[in-house]
Amino acid sequence: MLLIATSIGVMAVILLTAVGEGARDYITGEFRDMGTNLLIVMPGKNETSGGSSPVDLAGVAPRDLTIEDAISLRQIEAIKNIAPIVIGETPAQFNGLERTVPIIGSTPSFLAVRKWEMASGNFLPGVTLDRSPPVCVIGKEVESELFGKNKAIGQWLRVGDRRCRVTGIIGTEGRAVGIDAQKVVVMPVSLATALFNRPSLFRIGIEARSTWEMEQIKKDIIRIIKKRHQGKEDITVIRQDAVMKSFDNIFNVLTMALGSIASISLFVAGILIMNVMLVAVSQRQAEIGLLKAIGAKNNQINHLFITEAIILSGSGAILGLVLGHTVTQILKVAFPTFNFLPPLWASFVSLFVALVSGVVFGLLPARRAAKLDPVIALSGNK
Amino acid sequence: MISLDNLCRHFEVGNQIVRALDEVDLVINQKEYVSIMGVSGSGKSTLLNILGLLDTPTSGDYILSGINTSKMNDDEMAHIRSTKIGFVFQSFHLIPRLTAAENVEMPMVLSGLSPKERQEKVDNALARVSLTDRSDHRPEQLSGGQRQRVAIARSIVMEPDVLLADEPTGNLDSASSKEIIRLIEELNQGGLTLVVVTHDAEMGARSDRLIELLDGKIINDKKN
Repeated sequence: MLLIATSIGVMAVILLTAVGEGARDYITGEFRDMGTNLLIVMPGKNETSGGSSPVDLAGVAPRDLTIEDAISLRQIEAIKNIAPIVIGETPAQFNGLERTVPIIGSTPSFLAVRKWEMASGNFLPGVTLDRSPPVCVIGKEVESELFGKNKAIGQWLRVGDRRCRVTGIIGTEGRAVGIDAQKVVVMPVSLATALFNRPSLFRIGIEARSTWEMEQIKKDIIRIIKKRHQGKEDITVIRQDAVMKSFDNIFNVLTMALGSIASISLFVAGILIMNVMLVAVSQRQAEIGLLKAIGAKNNQINHLFITEAIILSGSGAILGLVLGHTVTQILKVAFPTFNFLPPLWASFVSLFVALVSGVVFGLLPARRAAKLDPVIALSGNK
Repeated sequence: MISLDNLCRHFEVGNQIVRALDEVDLVINQKEYVSIMGVSGSGKSTLLNILGLLDTPTSGDYILSGINTSKMNDDEMAHIRSTKIGFVFQSFHLIPRLTAAENVEMPMVLSGLSPKERQEKVDNALARVSLTDRSDHRPEQLSGGQRQRVAIARSIVMEPDVLLADEPTGNLDSASSKEIIRLIEELNQGGLTLVVVTHDAEMGARSDRLIELLDGKIINDKKN
């Protein structure tokens, strides 16, 4: 029972830290896949400064971020791709079939910025920041639900009150700006703003030519947009690598917190060890008395019981490590998209905590055994 | 060898003081075979516990092999118990999960002897009690007489100066009892000082000297 208690505690540490580390790997992996030289421009100022104007304090909405704002950023040479993004939701129809689909309005740069891949066809051919021919690309789920076995590419799809010709099928699985790539319809940004009758962009995705120029690009973006917005700094520019680092830090703390919570179970197991060993001392009084009679010193009795506690907790910890890593491997096979990664430190820390727990909670029973009166112990009386 | 001088052992029981041993003076010589007899509660076991340094006197001196044990701390007494005293108990006190050989080996493990030395001494001790062929048996696989012989082998393996036996035949049938009595007499003849607490009149009669206790006092001390 002691072995099970300790092993469950260690296994909990391994599994929970594996989940935490896996989540960290998954999230940062998603960001990493999009590249670390990304900047995201959002309308509104997230930071607060001491010099807020009464207008700011009154909560007045920031100026819209427009396609013209995106076009104005072309002057920054260090920028490789600019992808303005509009999102919304509207019914899409083909041949009498209809479903409500999420819409992303953007330009071909979106493909490069989000690192998406096409299953077939082309991604918004002929579309620029200035030109919006009526074309669109669709996710695989949209294709199968609206077109069935018919060939989708080249067909006209009705989206809201507009029509667009399908030019490609998105091959990527996963999500972008919170939207499932399999369920989306992507169309030119101007068409999307007209469709939703909304001039404001949701975001502007920017891909820098190199990572080392990103800080300068960020300053240039703020400077240019501020000038366009009558000197008002009402946008927020986020560096993808900074976001990724923040997530990395958050998940590291989360993993450690999960590990710490699981470690509590090791102390609970330690208390169990103490109780069982106190019972053992009581039951083995005659043996302790005998050991004293044949010359055992108090510290030898003490060491004997502490060693037993360490062996118990150590064996439980090793069993827990084996179980924890085995279950982790099973979970990896069961959920291949989520990488369960028990960190190395979790194994060492859980083993260490289990052993310390064994020593600490073995001290009291060991002390009690060492202090037993040999005559009373030999008689087996308490 | 053993000298008790005006030795008292009192216990507080509630508001009363029980005089388990009261002003006992006793000298036991080397190689002597002494039986201690008396009714229950006369102080026999208390005397044996004090002789074995398992208990300490309330007052008086106990000198063993020229060493005054009165001022010793726990570790010093443990060392004397390990090197100079052997114990045999009525209920054997063998560790059930260990084999006969491992039980015999235990005092040497505590003393830190090397495995090679231990093995040699275990073999000799088991040979002296004629249990070489039972060395791998656990206590539950042995008869009462054999268990007591293992306990005797354990008590002599460290080659003590004195063997203290507390009713060594108390849990045995008559055939086994005779066997054990013969064995410990052989040990005495080999030079070991022997102090036996017993109710067995025959054993008392066979010893060199018979001491009778009553209410914590020696009331009779005669040579046979």
